[in-house]
Amino acid sequence: MTLPGRALTWQLGEVAELVDETPRVKTILLDAPGWAGHRAGQHVDVRLTAEDGYVAERSYSIASAPEDGRLAITVERLDDGEVSPYLVEELVVGDKLEFRGPIGGYFVWEARESGPLLLVGGGSGVVPLRAMLRHRAAVGADTPARLLYSSRALADVIYHDELNMLDAADPHLKVRYALTREQPEGWSGYSRRVDEEILRETAYPNAEGIAFVCGPTRFVETVADGLVAIGYAPEQVRTERFGPTGG
Amino acid sequence: MEEQDLKLDGNAAAGLLRELFTFELTTARGCCENCGAVAEVGAVIVYANAPGTVLRCPQCESVLMRIVSGGGRYWLDARGISWLEIRA
Repeated sequence: MTLPGRALTWQLGEVAELVDETPRVKTILLDAPGWAGHRAGQHVDVRLTAEDGYVAERSYSIASAPEDGRLAITVERLDDGEVSPYLVEELVVGDKLEFRGPIGGYFVWEARESGPLLLVGGGSGVVPLRAMLRHRAAVGADTPARLLYSSRALADVIYHDELNMLDAADPHLKVRYALTREQPEGWSGYSRRVDEEILRETAYPNAEGIAFVCGPTRFVETVADGLVAIGYAPEQVRTERFGPTGG
Repeated sequence: MEEQDLKLDGNAAAGLLRELFTFELTTARGCCENCGAVAEVGAVIVYANAPGTVLRCPQCESVLMRIVSGGGRYWLDARGISWLEIRA
């Protein structure tokens, strides 16, 4: 029996475009000739090699939809990081970047899956959820979807315009924000950390469908526990934790 | 940084596991030798800050698998897993 397993190999992409998302966050769009495609929610490993041979490797969620022309990752600069300061501040269009992927299959959503889709993201945990929403929009799926996105302040909200546009253009999609530290005047979204009450108001009644939760470990655990408390079965809740190794 | 922040999940080990296995392993189901719980590898607890990578059961937290790499070799200790069901 021959099964279609495939070795994971490093490949080179060329930086085609850089997008400033927030003062700390950039999206890197790559031309990747050998790229075999991906599914929304998967990630890539990026490898940087210093002149002295020192190698640092980090995993980043893919920000683009499978249908997008270019592979994109969105990177938040962590001040004490080894990789993200280079990617966010030094990388320029035309640079080569070594990466491998797509990686992962657990935290993946495909538009052909049925049932409402609940997405809950904290900080840069919104990145794979954005890939899912772009995928959903690209194939014209009318699966009901809701995104609850928690950030410190409005200036930290990644993809803000795009998410608002998707929300406005699609009656089956609802985007809600929670700003935990600082809210602009007249703010109509949530003004605290995501809790059970917010989940009860945001999630689907009767806990239908599937939920994807991505963010820092404590955020993910609070949200996952909260969803189970309001009636979601643990197997309906898929989680991805971002750790301090994301630097 | 607090200890709780170091707790990740199977997604964080996906790249490493793909160096060892031909197939995507986060969608494989595994059974904990200690408590019998069955979970997808993507849902298990992962600590990647140790000298190696440690996978723990999401139910009873016992060690499922340890992977250490270095010097052109990998050491894989999978004594905490009774079986793995890998999707081709």
